[in-house]
Amino acid sequence: MLLEVQGLTKHFGGVAAVRDVGFKVIEGTIFALIGPNGAGKTTVFNLITGMLQPDGGSINFLGKRIDGLKPYQIAAAGITRTFQNLQLFSGMTVLENVMTGAHLKGKTGFVKSILRRPGINAEDKQIIEQSMALLGEVGLDSSADLPAAALPFGRQRLLEIARALASGPRLVLLDEPAAGLNSTETKTLARFLKKLRENGLTMVLVEHDMETVMEVADRILVLNFGRGIAEGTPAEVQADPEVIRAYLGEDEQIA
Amino acid sequence: MSDQLLQLLFSGLTLGSIYSLIALALVTTFNITGVLNLALGEFAAIGALLAISLYATGMPLIAAFILSIVLVAIMGGVLERAAIYPARRASGLTLIIITIGLSISLRGLALLIWGTDTYSLPAFSKGGPFFIGGAALNPQSIWILGLAVLTLSLLYAFFELTYAGRAVKAAVINRTAARLVGINPSTVSFWAFVGSGALGAAAGIFIAPVTMTTYDMGFMLGIKGFVAAVIGGLSNVGGAVLGGLLLGVLESYSAGLISSGLKDALAIIILLAVLLLRPQGILGVLGERKI
Amino acid sequence: MDRFRCLMKIKKTFLWPAAVLLFLALPLVIDSNYLISVLIVIGLYTIIVQGLGILMGYAGQVSFGHGGFFGLGGYAVAIMTTRYGWHPVLALLAAIILPGLIAAIIGRPTLKLRELYLAMGTMGFGILIHTMFNEAGELTGGPSGIAGIPYLTIGGLTFDNDIKFFYLIWAVVLLVLFGINNLIRSRVGRALRAISESEHAAETAGIDTGKLKLKAFIFSALLAGLAGGLYAFYVTFVSPAPFGFNTSVQFVLMAVVGGLGTFLGPLLGAALVVLLGELLRWAIPLVIPGAGGEYEIIFFGLILVVLMIYRPEGLGAFGKISKSPMEKTPAASDVGLPESG
Repeated sequence: MLLEVQGLTKHFGGVAAVRDVGFKVIEGTIFALIGPNGAGKTTVFNLITGMLQPDGGSINFLGKRIDGLKPYQIAAAGITRTFQNLQLFSGMTVLENVMTGAHLKGKTGFVKSILRRPGINAEDKQIIEQSMALLGEVGLDSSADLPAAALPFGRQRLLEIARALASGPRLVLLDEPAAGLNSTETKTLARFLKKLRENGLTMVLVEHDMETVMEVADRILVLNFGRGIAEGTPAEVQADPEVIRAYLGEDEQIA
Repeated sequence: MSDQLLQLLFSGLTLGSIYSLIALALVTTFNITGVLNLALGEFAAIGALLAISLYATGMPLIAAFILSIVLVAIMGGVLERAAIYPARRASGLTLIIITIGLSISLRGLALLIWGTDTYSLPAFSKGGPFFIGGAALNPQSIWILGLAVLTLSLLYAFFELTYAGRAVKAAVINRTAARLVGINPSTVSFWAFVGSGALGAAAGIFIAPVTMTTYDMGFMLGIKGFVAAVIGGLSNVGGAVLGGLLLGVLESYSAGLISSGLKDALAIIILLAVLLLRPQGILGVLGERKI
Repeated sequence: MDRFRCLMKIKKTFLWPAAVLLFLALPLVIDSNYLISVLIVIGLYTIIVQGLGILMGYAGQVSFGHGGFFGLGGYAVAIMTTRYGWHPVLALLAAIILPGLIAAIIGRPTLKLRELYLAMGTMGFGILIHTMFNEAGELTGGPSGIAGIPYLTIGGLTFDNDIKFFYLIWAVVLLVLFGINNLIRSRVGRALRAISESEHAAETAGIDTGKLKLKAFIFSALLAGLAGGLYAFYVTFVSPAPFGFNTSVQFVLMAVVGGLGTFLGPLLGAALVVLLGELLRWAIPLVIPGAGGEYEIIFFGLILVVLMIYRPEGLGAFGKISKSPMEKTPAASDVGLPESG
């Protein structure tokens, strides 16, 4: 088991944004979190990556508890993420974004950086090569020297994924990677995610585009009002009456 | 000995009331606008110096006060429109740098107009001090305490009893909701600066008879108001008032019993200690935004 | 076309060394101690503001206490040489290390707090240090300061006149520029820029942002101390006056004027502000009879306000696409609020 979430709970003020959520992610699969707006999906991501601290429950990654760790420690443990509203380093170039994503692969510290001879040393050279290869995979290698902000929106999403991959993580959390993409871009994205899975990468996905979710996800957890209401394969979830109710919102039995 | 302690308590409370008033203006503005106005001490200094100059023209004392308060209130409004409003979308850091820029400019302006001389204002009422338990209480101290109580009551009445006050309070809690009920945050911000100009000036004028009034007195006053606000948790009005009184008393005791050179350093030491050890304030509750 | 490009490249490669050489030749041409001393002051401030620029423009933090670190460096040299008879080079080392240590102590807790608290914490520290210079009479000489600091001697070389100091200071400036140029193009530099762009994204890329901010803060304090030590050797006298809060604000102004997050912005900012100060010192008495240079602070304050409102990216940031680290980032919406999705 790569990731194991148990009894995860988070309150904002008096409101429970996430209540007793639990799920397991098997290595080499794509796991999707779906649910209506405000269901708590991004909060789950923020809890897993340590950007928020849970009020209850536990998160285990590779058999070790990671809740309570700082975000950078969780990144070092092997979990990276993308953001729903892009968080690119917009003033840096496309290549620099990916190189920064590979921060954990480097070792050069503050003092060493200052004393470095001009030019690029061996470590940077290696990181540049790897970053360029990654950019090639998402088709951004020709834009490597452009500022990230100059990319069209769809490509910025791809760049964020490339940045999240750059440190060689075991698990990547993708927060609505298809939001704002057109249908061609969405299809390319789905193909890319499947290819990543073939290479052995594990992913957790928050996504509103049901077509993409049903196509790529191995298992799906449906959240509603911060609570897990159904879990299963895409086919099982689609047939679940409670899921249909939650999505159509025909009654609000949850206070 | 106990006479001396009581005496120090009186002077500490007098001084502390002034810090409380500055802290009050600081915190109220911060809550309403999100801007920490570090030029507030300058409002107090300019208020006091203006009143002194106006009084020197032969104007009655009371008229000099009122005119000075009005002028500084106008200055507060003008500065808000000129420097805060255009940067309202900027980060908190930018806004701090702006108010620090304003404060050093105002201080420079005060130096230009009033020079480095020390001015003073006659006490508001004649007559000797009252004696309570062997300690002397200046009439001016009573004026200052009275101003603090009056200001607190007025602020309380405004925020709890008037429609406009409650609406501003609502705006603090929820900006979107405030917009929905027709409150314009930029108007509120303007009036917050006008109000803090008036309050700052009043604090400066009331303390003028018992302190040395110089062009740069606003600097330490502003810092001490901030320290008082930080002791109280920065966004808590009650905490700011208590923080001011606490700071005043501590200063008074340390100056009276240990060394007077320590007085200004003490406030800074308290500031650093609170920031480093207990940033949510000694009296405040983290994350609470109250008016 | 290729030949043209080649020419351009040659031009680019030789432009900077040529400019530097030309600059270094200035003392041979200028026969004015006043102008040389202005250039020395610009150099000293450049050392400080380059460090402050790393803190403000890259790590996205602000300090209103660097006047205090500058002073600590100056007083460290003054006290160690005159009171304890330390060798000037050792005293200069102390001037660098002491501010660094103090920055490490006050920076660790303060940097964890909101930006506002760092601003106020450093401001408080700066004022406290300034008060100490004034009050700790036995150690610091009180308001009248410490005189009789010996000249700096390195090896057999004694820096005992302005021209020698010009070369010393600007050699240090070049070294600092060289180091900072290395830094900002390195892994650490990218991480620093990442903090100012999006702290959340930086953290999830595995960057320990708190530690890195602390290092940037310490680095900037070390440079301020170095400049303070050199200043003490230059004027051979220290007093509390030049290390007060206004000085700290001036350093922030220099960093902002030159353009935050740019390599040469601090140099530009230091030069512009020093020259403007000199101009005002000359011009103000013409307009206001009897007035001295102390009114320059009015203009510095106003310039700071106007810049922060209308051009927070500074004057040096032409064609820079990056948003200023001083601008509000939308990052807050990603954390802390109940989600929108």
